[in-house]
Amino acid sequence: MTKLRTYPLGDMALLAELGTRLDTALNTRAIALAAALKKRRDVRQAIAGYASVTVHFDPDLTTHDALAAAIKRLASKRPPMAEPGRLHRIPVVYDGPDLEAVAGVLGISAAKIAELHTKPIYRVFLVGFVPGWGYLGPLSEQLELPRRQVPRTKVPAGSVAIAARQTGIYPLPTPGGWHLIGRTTVKLFLPDSDPPCLFRAGDRVKFFAAQAGRAQGAH
Amino acid sequence: MLRVQKPGLLTTIQDLGRPNAISAGVPPGGAMDRFAHRAANLLVGNEQSAATLECTLSGPQLVAVHSCLVAITGADFDPQINGRPAPMWTGIFLSEGEELDFAGRRSGGRSGGRAYIAIAGGIAGDRWLGSVSTNLLVARGGMHGRQLLAGDVIKALGEPSVPAISGRHLSHQLRPAYDDHTLATIAGPHIRRLSASDRKVLLGSTFKVSREADRMGYRLEGPMLDASGDELLSFGLAAGAIQVPRSGQPILLMADHQTAGGYPVVAVVASASMPVAAQLLPGHELSFADVTVEAALRMRAAQRAALDSLIS
Repeated sequence: MTKLRTYPLGDMALLAELGTRLDTALNTRAIALAAALKKRRDVRQAIAGYASVTVHFDPDLTTHDALAAAIKRLASKRPPMAEPGRLHRIPVVYDGPDLEAVAGVLGISAAKIAELHTKPIYRVFLVGFVPGWGYLGPLSEQLELPRRQVPRTKVPAGSVAIAARQTGIYPLPTPGGWHLIGRTTVKLFLPDSDPPCLFRAGDRVKFFAAQAGRAQGAH
Repeated sequence: MLRVQKPGLLTTIQDLGRPNAISAGVPPGGAMDRFAHRAANLLVGNEQSAATLECTLSGPQLVAVHSCLVAITGADFDPQINGRPAPMWTGIFLSEGEELDFAGRRSGGRSGGRAYIAIAGGIAGDRWLGSVSTNLLVARGGMHGRQLLAGDVIKALGEPSVPAISGRHLSHQLRPAYDDHTLATIAGPHIRRLSASDRKVLLGSTFKVSREADRMGYRLEGPMLDASGDELLSFGLAAGAIQVPRSGQPILLMADHQTAGGYPVVAVVASASMPVAAQLLPGHELSFADVTVEAALRMRAAQRAALDSLIS
């Protein structure tokens, strides 16, 4: 049933790939596999990706081959019933600098973009890239666009953005190539908490449209 | 205890990083050249995980408020104590009032970019998510999340784990060959995205570190590589990964790398070659040599034996 493939990622890590599709079931399995691997003494870190797990291991305690075999065994087990992740409700002011351009390219109104963006309950597929960033999806096909040709050198923190079948919120002022459609005041990166982020892989996120100045968060 | 007279260009407190924070998207961080960092600690009797100073491109000027045992490793910035040359890779006593200074990096050629200073007892700093490593992006850890400034006081955290004896030394042949910029690499998960001829280009060409090079990673100049194909789903990354974005210009990920990404990873630098990678500066030339995982682990074991020789 499983098409699990493992690849060395240097001499102290490997990448275990469960599939290549953006798929909630694959992501659930990846998160469960990472959790199971973290319990092993020979594993230092296991990070779930969309449909993969990156495993940092102690080469004094195991080898690529032994760990790959153990991962195959673990992955073939039926994953435990996934608890529904915590639900975050995020207020968004839909006035991003790319909103009109995105509306133009997609041939729909700005109001329709907000409507399509607030409709689903998104899944946090993974947290990574920069501190506190969550990759959310799947985004409506009607909002699907490739990344910007030229990434911005600095995107303001709190920017709500879309690219391909994904959406996300920039936690920090960083460079970015996604289309900015709105903003929120909710803090994603919480440096004085542990873990230092609002989202965890497997959480659920619902956006709602808010008026400027009133975009306070709740979850 | 040391007082900072001059901070140097970019001096930060670093340890072995915060791998447990990767799943929150926080870079693992820590010393770029782990060999030099570990050796500096062992030379003053510390655990290898104690914090050290990572000095980039130039060294600081430090005055001993109390006498203490220090060791300087990594790149040679010509260390001096009260104006007299001080040995590298050696445990040395600083008496109260003595000044540790650096005449400067030997210019040109292949001289490295990062020196490490350990103090017996380990360096105290702000602990954040299990590590005192400085993360400049989010301004946390180390010296209040920032690089050292003149007037800062560097304190030892405690007593060294073994008696502080000066004169411990790591001989030349046991140190990394910093002059040899050939990095051993292991084929990465997406190596097959490169054509056979591009694989030869990756392994047979000379690349150059561009000006876009910092603790996050180095953008490399040289021949372009084509690793295009279907968009990849983002996955967890590791230091040493060589990514090929659509521009075709490879990026070598270093200690403060982004934790996840979706660019193809065509090769990963062997852990034993990362100390050399950590010493590279803009303008330095480098090349990659394909090795097996087993060969990379033998190189790692040799480095560890060199460090173990310092544990008495």
